[in-house]
Amino acid sequence: MRIFLAVWLFVVVATVSILGFRGDKSRSAPRWVFPDMDIQAKYLPQGQNEFFADERNDRPMVPGAVLRGYNSDIKEVFDGEYVFAKAENPALFTGLNESGKPVTEFPLEVTYDLVQLGQKKYTIFCQPCHGRVGDGMGITKKYGMSATPTYHDDGKRALSVGDIFNTITHGKGTMFPYGMKLNPQERWAVVAYVRALQLSQNATVNDVPTQYRKELGL
Amino acid sequence: MANIFPKWSNTAPIKILICLALTVGTVVAGVTYWATPKYLRVGYQPIQPVAFEHSLHVDQLGMDCLYCHTFVDRSEHSNVPAASTCMNCHSMVKSDSPKLAPIRNSYESGEPVPWVKIHRTPDYVYFNHSVHINRGVSCVHCHGQVNEMEEVYHAKPLSMAFCLECHRNPENFIRPIDEVTNLNFRYDSREEQIEQGTKFVHDWKVNPPQSCSGCHR
Ligand code: HEC
Ligand code: HEC
Ligand code: HEC
Ligand code: HEC
Ligand code: HEC
Ligand code: HEC
Repeated sequence: MRIFLAVWLFVVVATVSILGFRGDKSRSAPRWVFPDMDIQAKYLPQGQNEFFADERNDRPMVPGAVLRGYNSDIKEVFDGEYVFAKAENPALFTGLNESGKPVTEFPLEVTYDLVQLGQKKYTIFCQPCHGRVGDGMGITKKYGMSATPTYHDDGKRALSVGDIFNTITHGKGTMFPYGMKLNPQERWAVVAYVRALQLSQNATVNDVPTQYRKELGL
Repeated sequence: MANIFPKWSNTAPIKILICLALTVGTVVAGVTYWATPKYLRVGYQPIQPVAFEHSLHVDQLGMDCLYCHTFVDRSEHSNVPAASTCMNCHSMVKSDSPKLAPIRNSYESGEPVPWVKIHRTPDYVYFNHSVHINRGVSCVHCHGQVNEMEEVYHAKPLSMAFCLECHRNPENFIRPIDEVTNLNFRYDSREEQIEQGTKFVHDWKVNPPQSCSGCHR
């Protein structure tokens, strides 16, 4: 009995010290206790695929491919009624007019919802550099992104909406492109929000409708 | 005639019983404690090719998860960002840091950065990020406080019981959609969470699957 108890104690202490407790940090990959069908012979997103030289399962876009739509709107894209939006309204996708110049008018209707969407996307993608109000004083300024300009000078106010759209899509100078992260609709929404920021930072008392002036103490 | 059974045999059965009970009890306790995802997965923290810190980029710089994991709200899987996303800033910020050499190489050569995958459900489970994100389920429920992690680790078991705990009572978890990527958001009290959650469940017609075919197809 005493021998058994000694062995038991030893085994328990040894197991606890080898296995540790729940939640301990570990560098080694989790063990699958019953690896039934956990790992199947199928290719998953962002997975590895030995067939290709770079072993990437997600293939980069073939040059010259024309984007018909996104996976997320797959239902519309493969519907019989689908109209190829790019043919209907090329400016919506390229920001250019027929002669290849940046458009000066929005190619879609600017609604309150669109500006709201723009604010959401601006906060995610532009605010780290351009700042909350577009003054170029985003958080990254003090870490070395000194090139970020403000939107609130005459030069930037004179930019057409097509110019801003192209800056977002293809980047400009030291700013990298955001075309892969935002679909055309969202890019126009961001442009609308940039315009709203430009208005808001260059406004006078006269721009405030009379009925709201009292509320603001003006 | 001498005794057939020596004296010690009086206590032998009880001793054998104690030994058996101890052995079986310990094995059962050990298996329930160790052979579950709560032990096997939680805490997995592989060494990544680049010492990328979520705590710095998210908490200190205030970046949103969607800046990098851009397609998590419209795709079934969440993308890990390409090197060009890092170069948006690191072409100018710390542009010669040796820690970032793999990112620069990847950006120039087009070879992907070999990030080590941490969270992985078995291949017979069909998980979808976008349905959760668009119904107010925050990253924090399934990934823990990533915004405070210097190195990401597996914080939640992601076992079937874990998924079902929420699928049975989503009102205990869901929050406004704007706050999904704000991992520090909490309602002040549990009652408020349940009250607001019940409202969202009703308004958005939230109905998470509990039948097997919802997750196993
Ligand atoms: C990583 C930092 C960074 C982010 C994020 C960023 N920008 Fe920029 N942006 C810059 C820098 C730097 C410049 C100056 C480029 C130059 O002139 O070399 C610039 C310039 C601009 C300009 C002026 C271009 C011109 O024609 O002079 C616009 C407009 C602009 N950005 C819009 C945006 C919008 C909209 C977003 C969000 C989708 C965004 N930026 C996100 C860094 C950034
Ligand atoms: C600056 C870009 C960036 C931002 C912002 C960011 N991440 Fe990440 N995230 C990464 C990179 C790069 C990796 C892969 C390396 C690693 O695991 O550390 C990653 C990995 C992860 C993983 C582990 C993935 C796996 O392999 O299972 C999770 C979970 C995650 N991020 C969640 C979040 C959440 C939640 C947020 C918002 C609070 C966030 N991330 C914000 C870049 C980012
Ligand atoms: C919004 C701009 C921005 C983006 C995008 C960004 N970072 Fe950073 N990163 C920073 C800033 C700012 C610092 C802090 C620099 C400092 O402390 O001086 C930093 C620091 C770092 C450091 C520490 C560098 C050192 O030498 O100490 C690493 C590593 C790093 N980032 C990796 C990444 C990776 C990987 C990505 C892409 C997934 C990424 N970053 C995307 C802004 C960014
Ligand atoms: C309902 C639970 C849940 C929520 C909410 C959730 N995730 Fe995940 N996440 C998972 C699971 C499960 C996996 C593993 C998927 C797999 O098997 O590939 C995962 C994987 C990931 C990965 C790694 C993907 C890969 O292929 O390497 C990243 C990055 C990630 N999540 C980021 C996020 C971010 C950012 C959010 C919030 C916006 C989020 N997740 C919200 C459950 C969740
Ligand atoms: C914190 C809460 C929560 C957790 C944890 C959670 N889910 Fe969900 N799940 C939801 C909600 C809410 C919905 C959305 C129901 C709706 O749209 O009506 C959902 C929907 C789903 C769907 C249905 C998708 C569709 O196409 O309709 C699947 C599949 C799913 N979850 C799988 C999982 C798996 C697998 C896990 C575990 C890794 C998990 N969920 C963990 C809350 C959660
Ligand atoms: C909310 C999503 C969800 C639903 C609904 C669901 N499962 Fe699962 N199931 C999972 C996940 C996630 C795992 C993987 C667990 C793990 O790896 O720890 C799993 C694993 C399993 C396993 C394998 C366990 C093992 O470790 O080998 C079986 C068997 C299973 N489920 C059966 C069922 C049955 C039967 C039903 C219907 C009553 C069901 N599941 C419904 C998410 C779900």
